[in-house]
Amino acid sequence: MTIKARALREFWCSIGFAERNFMLVKRYAGWEAVFLTYTVVSALTIGLIGVGTGDTRLVMFLVIGAVLWGYLSILFHEVSECIAWERWEGTLEYTFMAPVKRFTQLMGNALYAITYGLVRAAVQLLVCALFFGISLAGANFLTAAVVLVVSSLPFLGLGLACAVLPLLSRERGSQATHIFQALILLVSGVYYDVSVLPSWLQPFSVVSPATYTLRAMRAAVLDGVGLADVGGDLLILVISGVVLIPLGFACFVLGERWAKKTGKLKIDG
Amino acid sequence: MATGTYERVELERELDGFLAEAMNDGRPALKVEGLTKRFPRSEGKRRGFWRRRPKFDALAAVTFAVEKGEIFGLIGMNGSGKSTLIRIISTLLAPDEGQVEVFGLNVEKDPGRVRELINRVAVDAAFFKVLSGSENLRYAARLYGLSPRLARERYDGLLKRIGFDPKRLRDQIKSLSRGERQKVAATRALMSAPALLLLDEPTTGLDPRSKREVQRVIREMRDEEGTTVLLTTHDMEEAERLCDRVGILHEGRIITIGTPAELTARAGGAGETLEDAFLKFTGAEWLGDENGG
Repeated sequence: MTIKARALREFWCSIGFAERNFMLVKRYAGWEAVFLTYTVVSALTIGLIGVGTGDTRLVMFLVIGAVLWGYLSILFHEVSECIAWERWEGTLEYTFMAPVKRFTQLMGNALYAITYGLVRAAVQLLVCALFFGISLAGANFLTAAVVLVVSSLPFLGLGLACAVLPLLSRERGSQATHIFQALILLVSGVYYDVSVLPSWLQPFSVVSPATYTLRAMRAAVLDGVGLADVGGDLLILVISGVVLIPLGFACFVLGERWAKKTGKLKIDG
Repeated sequence: MATGTYERVELERELDGFLAEAMNDGRPALKVEGLTKRFPRSEGKRRGFWRRRPKFDALAAVTFAVEKGEIFGLIGMNGSGKSTLIRIISTLLAPDEGQVEVFGLNVEKDPGRVRELINRVAVDAAFFKVLSGSENLRYAARLYGLSPRLARERYDGLLKRIGFDPKRLRDQIKSLSRGERQKVAATRALMSAPALLLLDEPTTGLDPRSKREVQRVIREMRDEEGTTVLLTTHDMEEAERLCDRVGILHEGRIITIGTPAELTARAGGAGETLEDAFLKFTGAEWLGDENGG
């Protein structure tokens, strides 16, 4: 098989994973509507904190945090939980036995996560814009789009690294993933500037990719800055992605090898 | 047992060329040599610096070969190591010692290519239960590099042969009976035209008619497409009906291998069934006979 044919085959395999996930979303449409409603209402309640102070910029600051965190956390969650969820469904062994490269499997789930996350974020943003009467006339959409794309990379990498945890330990692995996500939420300035964090927590905000994402996105939307003005943050995000994606995948491969040695793939359902 | 060259289904896959050669090169389809796998005991005193539990041999120096186009049965008690063996061949479990080759490909060194050649039907087939049969099959087709058109052709034909009502294909898997699910599972496995089909107690819990339908399709796949089959089962009648040769696995070890007739002859001859032979070989004779019960 030529390289092109092989690449095409892997592409369609990854589409298979994304397609499967969307078929499941369709089946669980009722619950999806519930989760979306909850997410949108959460963003509205957070934005209303700003309304209470009379500070329009604060409203925007909070809404950007809520919407962006909604997107990033879905991306992280869907990739990091893809193994745990297959285990819950009882399909883990079947998927792992199929002639699909592991990277393809994870990227297929990532493709779904990005698409699904963007749709949910768009709905959230639209509802918030209408609810609060937000004007985005001054926003630099090009910068915002680039920030969104670039920030997906490190979160994919983090998701890949955490995806192995449920392989190592069924319940504790999933628990660890949720705790990790919570910590990122705490230290990244989602709803506040990181300068308000206690001094002992501030170093953690430096290593969280979400810190740079939120800062750059707020600059793009609130102040309409161009790409050059957020170049430093974008560079950090790119470097983070370039490091975290292969590192995350390597963690996953090592974890899978250990799981096969110890028979941990067997535990499912 | 069917021998000779075979016309295999060409599914425009990468290994079709490899398989066309491999089917006629004289090597066994499956070669297991000195296979050993140990697991920690669930009970027992932890030992050593790392406080590890002592291990037991789930498989101990298992050695056998399955010829191309053969239906080879593996019978054993619960916990004898059958599923562990199937998992190792499926590339889901790494052995501690020994090696396994599928059409000359080592399962540890070349798992990607081995996966192209195999498929499995487990005792409890795994599906996305809220998806329909057709959705599950479409997803499986993607995993095995089959175009939706080709997959549809394959699974429509297979479902008809296996006696599955096509109207039920749109229903969610969770609404299907166990027999119907196993038929979809068998279809899913056969859709990819595996060179080696691993069947881990596939007819357990099926009604007699469904059981016969699945068994018939397995035999047809071997006869028409030259599919090699490794079947683990508790059903001695099934082993006698389907298998060209049978291996008895007991406490992780292969006790004996032979045709069903050879095994019954070795165990005691006339009047013996394969079940009687199995009980004798494993030293698990029915005490009721001795006690007059």
